[in-house]
Amino acid sequence: MNWYKYASPTAFYPLAGKLIPWFAIPAALLFVAGLYIGFFIAPTDFQQGEAYRIMFIHVPAAWMGMFLYVLMAFYAGIGWAFNARLASMMASSISITGALFTFLSLATGSLWGKPTWGTWWVWDARLTSTLILLFLYVGFISLQAAIDEPRRADRAGAVLAIVGVINVPIIYFSVQWWNTLHQGATIRILGKPTIAPTMLAAMLTLLAACWLYSIAISLARVRCIIMEREQRSNWINQGSSSLEYKL
Amino acid sequence: MFRWIVARDLMLAWRRRADVLSTLFFFVIVVSLFPLGIGPETELLRSIAPGTVWVAALLASMLSLNRVFSNDYHDGTLEQLLLTPQPLYLVVVGKVLAQWLVSEVPLVLIAPLVGVQFGLSPDTLLVLFVSLLIGTPILSLIGSIGAALTLGLRGGGVLVALLVLPLYIPVLIFGAGAVDATIVGIDPMANIYLLTALLVLSLVFAPWATAAALRISLE
Repeated sequence: MNWYKYASPTAFYPLAGKLIPWFAIPAALLFVAGLYIGFFIAPTDFQQGEAYRIMFIHVPAAWMGMFLYVLMAFYAGIGWAFNARLASMMASSISITGALFTFLSLATGSLWGKPTWGTWWVWDARLTSTLILLFLYVGFISLQAAIDEPRRADRAGAVLAIVGVINVPIIYFSVQWWNTLHQGATIRILGKPTIAPTMLAAMLTLLAACWLYSIAISLARVRCIIMEREQRSNWINQGSSSLEYKL
Repeated sequence: MFRWIVARDLMLAWRRRADVLSTLFFFVIVVSLFPLGIGPETELLRSIAPGTVWVAALLASMLSLNRVFSNDYHDGTLEQLLLTPQPLYLVVVGKVLAQWLVSEVPLVLIAPLVGVQFGLSPDTLLVLFVSLLIGTPILSLIGSIGAALTLGLRGGGVLVALLVLPLYIPVLIFGAGAVDATIVGIDPMANIYLLTALLVLSLVFAPWATAAALRISLE
């Protein structure tokens, strides 16, 4: 079987359509299972009470936000280096999901912070670097949105994403440094990560669910991007000729 | 070639002195706004001075970024420069160096004066000066990537800020951190060393990225 065939948007479009249910349905099932374990089976935390349960969403969202940035940069780089349109489209598709998860981790983090730390926001190293990660996503998305010509948008986005990936460790390190210098605002979140097995199970189940969801939604979005960009090519017009009576 | 580019850009800037001065005054005005917004207590001002001066320097450097390539882009010179046999890397370094000399160096020179307004001690002023001297070339180098990426786009100015400001954060942290350290009586050299390391890193990688971005923008 020739996998390179699917590097062409034309061939990938129907394949993505077939694959989506295979990721979307397990994602939905795992969400339900993970939430059930998280809300009904996992024990109440003796320090934080019930409030800690937001962690089951918060932690997977934060992981996905970071991971998707690297993945996005990887795809953008592949698309730029090998002139592979589909990889660039995947990068644009992933960027939205990544930004969403990063935002979600910030939002749930502040909701979690209010009952446990007593404030919505602290300038903690992790919070700050997540916020900066969100800014990087916003930069990528707005750069691509500002460029009308798709191939230039892909390549410009790739340069920015790669520069961003090189910068992420530097930013993380500098924020950590800044945070240790400005003691006082730091709050130790947990002494040691002692975590009940059911809590871990819920978190990992939801992580898997988020993962599968990201794949499904990226595939769905990349289908839209393919449609949009190839709207003048033959294969789409042939497929839609049966729809023409609607217009 | 390298020297020619620097000389040419300096000459062009000299013919348009007002542009340079406006960036400088922007910096001075922004810094002066903070005491007006916060109040004249010396203790408070002294503690916010490093951050204020550095943030103002970041913003002022954003203002001048658009000029690095856009004039040459509009009159077609940039396209000719891309066609020259010389490595584009050198062309970029030359243009960035000229931009730094024109827009950032005056700012670095005036920063100690501005620092006096905030009641900083002489050795703190020296650290402020040194940290800006090492830090502002990084701003120019990283900023040139953003300027090259947004060449000829609508809303270029605001977009550059969105792309570049998050990347400036380490420079801000180490630069303002060095000054902060001096104020509270810690040795600022750790910050200065890290800033220098960033300068070396960005000198190696940023012009390369800018060159790639220019090729993309001029395709």
